[in-house]
Formats: sequence, C-alpha cells, structure tokens
Amino acid sequence: MERIKSFSEVEKRRRRRQAASAAARYAVLVVVAVVMIYPIIWLVGATFKTNNEIFTTVSFIPKRIDFTPYIEGWKTRTMYTFTTFFLNTFQIVIPKIVFCLVSSTLVAYGFARFEFPMKKICFALLMATMFLPAVVTRIPLYILWKQFGLLDTYVPLIAPTVFANEPFFVFMLIQFMRSIPTALDEAATIDGCNSFQVLTKILLPALKPALISCTIFQFVWSFNDFLGPLIYVTSLEKYPVSLALKMSIDQSSGIVEWNQILAMSFLALLPALILFFSAQKYFVEGVTSTGVKG
Amino acid sequence: MKRKYIGLAYILPWLIGMVFLTLYPFANALVISFTDYNLVRTPGFVGLANYTKLFQDETFINTIVATLKYTVFTVPLQLAFALFIAYILNFKLKGINFFRTAYYVPSLLGGNVAVAVLWRFLFQQDGLINRIIGLAGMEPVSWLSTPGGAMSVIVILKVWQFGSAMLIFLAALKDVPQELYEAASVDGATRFHSFFRITMPLITPTIFFNLVMQLVNAFQEFNGPYLVTGKGPLNATYLTSMYIYDNAFKYFDMGYASAASWVLFTIIVLVTLILFATQDKWVYYSDGGK
Repeated sequence: MERIKSFSEVEKRRRRRQAASAAARYAVLVVVAVVMIYPIIWLVGATFKTNNEIFTTVSFIPKRIDFTPYIEGWKTRTMYTFTTFFLNTFQIVIPKIVFCLVSSTLVAYGFARFEFPMKKICFALLMATMFLPAVVTRIPLYILWKQFGLLDTYVPLIAPTVFANEPFFVFMLIQFMRSIPTALDEAATIDGCNSFQVLTKILLPALKPALISCTIFQFVWSFNDFLGPLIYVTSLEKYPVSLALKMSIDQSSGIVEWNQILAMSFLALLPALILFFSAQKYFVEGVTSTGVKG
Repeated sequence: MKRKYIGLAYILPWLIGMVFLTLYPFANALVISFTDYNLVRTPGFVGLANYTKLFQDETFINTIVATLKYTVFTVPLQLAFALFIAYILNFKLKGINFFRTAYYVPSLLGGNVAVAVLWRFLFQQDGLINRIIGLAGMEPVSWLSTPGGAMSVIVILKVWQFGSAMLIFLAALKDVPQELYEAASVDGATRFHSFFRITMPLITPTIFFNLVMQLVNAFQEFNGPYLVTGKGPLNATYLTSMYIYDNAFKYFDMGYASAASWVLFTIIVLVTLILFATQDKWVYYSDGGK
C-alpha cells in the first residue's frame, strides 16, 4: 500500500510539472504570435480609420467602418488607378508561373530520371547558382536587355522563367521526382510510351502537390518582387503594384494620406494571404522539402 | 545509346539559361569592372582604377561596414529565434498548426512593399511602436532619425521574418529520434542538457544550411533599407547593394558599380568558404558526411 501511494504521489507531481511547462510554452507561443501578427492586424484596422484616428489610437479596432480610404487610395494621384497596376502585376505573374512550371518540370525530369554526359557538373552548377549572389549578375543582365531593346518591357522579368533560371523550383521538383518509384516509368516504357509520355502520363499526376507548391511560391515572390520592376520598368502605365505603392509613399508631399496608403498596402498583401490560407500545407511542404527560403 | 542525349534535351532550356543568363553575365560583370562603361560612351579599359577608387571611397567603405553590421545583427538573432520557436513548437501541443501558420505569415509577406510601408509607419516618431512604448511609461525612441535607431528598424524587420528558417528547423527537429531523449532522461539529464547535448549536435547540418543561406541573403539586402529607412541618418542604413544600385541605375557608372558588386561577391564567397572550412569542427553529419 505504502509503495503504491508514494508512486502515485510521484506521478501526480510529474503531471503537475508537465502541465506547468505546457502552460509556459503556450504563454511564450501566444506572446510571440501577438507581437508578430499585431502589426498586420493593426494595418487592417487602420485602413478604415481617419488619418487623425491612426495617429492617436493604439487599438486596432476602428471607430467606424469607412471605405473612403480604399476608394480614394484606389484612384491614386496619377491618371492611372490601381486597376491598371493590378492588371500589370498579373501580366507579369501569370506568364512567369506558366513558364516556370513547364520549364522547371522538364529540367527536373532530365536531372531526376536520365544519365547524361557531365551530369554531375551540371547538377553542381545548379546547386551553386542557388547560392550565387544575384547582385553580381544584375548589371550585365541590364546591359544585355538594353542591347536587345527590351528595357521598359516585362520580358527581362519573365524570360528567366522560360529557361528554368530559378534553381529553387528545379531543385524542389527533382527532390519530389526522386521520391516517386521508377517501377511505373519502366512499366510504361515497356508498354511503348516514349520518355515524354512517361512524364505526362505517369509523373505529372504524382507531381501535382509539388507543382501546386511551385505555383504558390512563384505567385507570391513575383507578386512581391520590387527590385526587378524597379530596374526594368520605367513608364508609369506599366508599373506593377509594388512600384505603384512605392510611388505613393514618395509622392506624399504635404499631408500624407496614410489611411489611403495603408488601405492599398493591405490590398497588395491580400492575394498572397488568401492563397496562403487556402493552400497552407503546400507552403509548408515546399519550404521543408527543399530547405530553401520562403 | 540515345537515352544519353534524351536527358540533355530535357535540361537544354536550363543549360541555355545557365550560359546566357548566369555564367555570361557573371563573367561579364568582371570585365565591365575594368572599364569606364557608362551606357553611352564606348567602354574604355581602365585597369584596376575602379577598384583602387573603391578602396579610397569613404562612402563605399561605410556601406560595407553597415552591411557587416546588418548581417552580424540579423543572422544570429533570426536563427536563434527560429530555433527557439521551432523547439517549442516541436512539443506535441494542441493548436500547433495555428501558431506555425501565424509565425510563417511575416516571411510570406516580408518582401512586399506594403510591409515596408507599414514598417515606416509603425516606427515613425508618432507611430504605433512609440505610442505603445509611451503606454508603458517610457520615453519615445527616435527610430528613424538616429543611426542606431534606423539600423534597429531594418534589423527588426528582417528578424520578424524568421518563419521560413523556423519551418526548416522544425523539420529537422522532427527527425531527432525520440529514444535519445528518453535514454537521456533516464540517465538524469535535464531538458537544458538534452537540448545542448543531443538536439543541437544532431541538427547542426540544418543550422549550417540556414546560416549560409541567411548570410548570403543578408549581405545582399536591398528592399528593407531602401524602402523603410533609405540611406538613414549619417548613411547608417546605406548598404552596399543600395550603393551598387545607385551607381549603376542612377549615375549609370556601370564599371564602378560592377567593381563594387565583385567586391561584395568576393566578401560573400570568403565568408562562405570560411564557414565551410570550420564545418568539420562543429557540424555533425550522422552518415559520416557524404
């Protein structure tokens, strides 16, 4: 009896200690989450506030819901509205996604399923370019596109995706293809499929989750891209959202209409947020399978 | 026999891109750095003039110092945060997915100009951060008008985006065999001990990977400082990538800017090589390093 009692005492103490440490962990997680997310929540609230209210309150809840900042912000102070800027962004983002998916899949297929001369060197190059600082190639690339007369077009922004020039995507797809057993490929080959049919009929269906990951990452990165358009796009009517937003903070001489700027900022974040929350698991898989940035 | 060339055919797009969009520009940057090319005049060979000028250029040296400072602050802070949070998330707690999502959102949005706009606004003299500091009864901080303050603002912006490093750590932590912890706790090891004696050594390859990745990125940081603080007071947040941008795309001094980009590149490569050289001392590969 004695023994059993003391045993349960120990057990109780252990449980209590576990509960306490779980509580401590939750406390840390909640505090960090609030600190991290509050700026964004506050941004959403601020878009409905008057300029005066933005500068006087700490709470994110607006006193009233007023869409004026959205309507006024959308118009901008230029002759173009954000309709133009959003359309421009999509004219860059959509081709980039399509080309990236096609070219990266083909290249990854070549690397994952075939032996060819100098494959090791090619693969090493692919990996090395993942770490290659883009800062060195930026100026010569600009000169190259200038010589082709393609400055102030979207070509310099889109062209790299045609050539699978973003190793992140190729690498992610290679990793994914390697995890698909080759038995099916071989069976299909015996049945008379050529290599391209093996890719489209056997591998593509299995690759779907990885392709969704690629789509999402390409969308978010291209949508957010600022430096690319800053270098290559110069005329206002071709500005994507990122440049238009930058312009709105520069222009604000005199009274800064922060509520309008914040409203447009929120709209610029919205597509990525919607996509993220509807396809979260693909994001997480994408980051962890390649171990590259996000 | 043909199969050999089929593979090459599939990687052909990449090979073309590799040659024309990566290797050629990469080498060309070095060539341009020995000229006085300015897009208008035919480029003339100037030897090492751009480089000697760079090393006497106080602004350039300042940008290197600022970039080093930025890197030294952001990378360890970001990794420490990412690892700490990943460690807590790795315990089986309810609602983990919610937190994982919440912590990843800043990484997702971080590159967007909108976040820079928000940051600039939050850290103004009468911005939200100073109002919260005021509520706590402390003096407001001159974030954007002092060199240290401006640097802190862009460092905080980067550290805030620790989510992707955290996800990578989380995946690594999940691979640490649970039996090791159990064995250690039977031997009387505390949590603290097991973390530093078991967890840390086993995930050193991931720490190494994240470290290299974040370093390469931090050295080239552009968006944060360019959009939020600009050059900052006394050029405190004038980073090298911004200096390269200004020289190339504002003054069109392509030769000088290319030389600066090669100096930055060399620094990045040197730091990476040093890290790789120290790898044997602290990175533990369970398969003996393949």
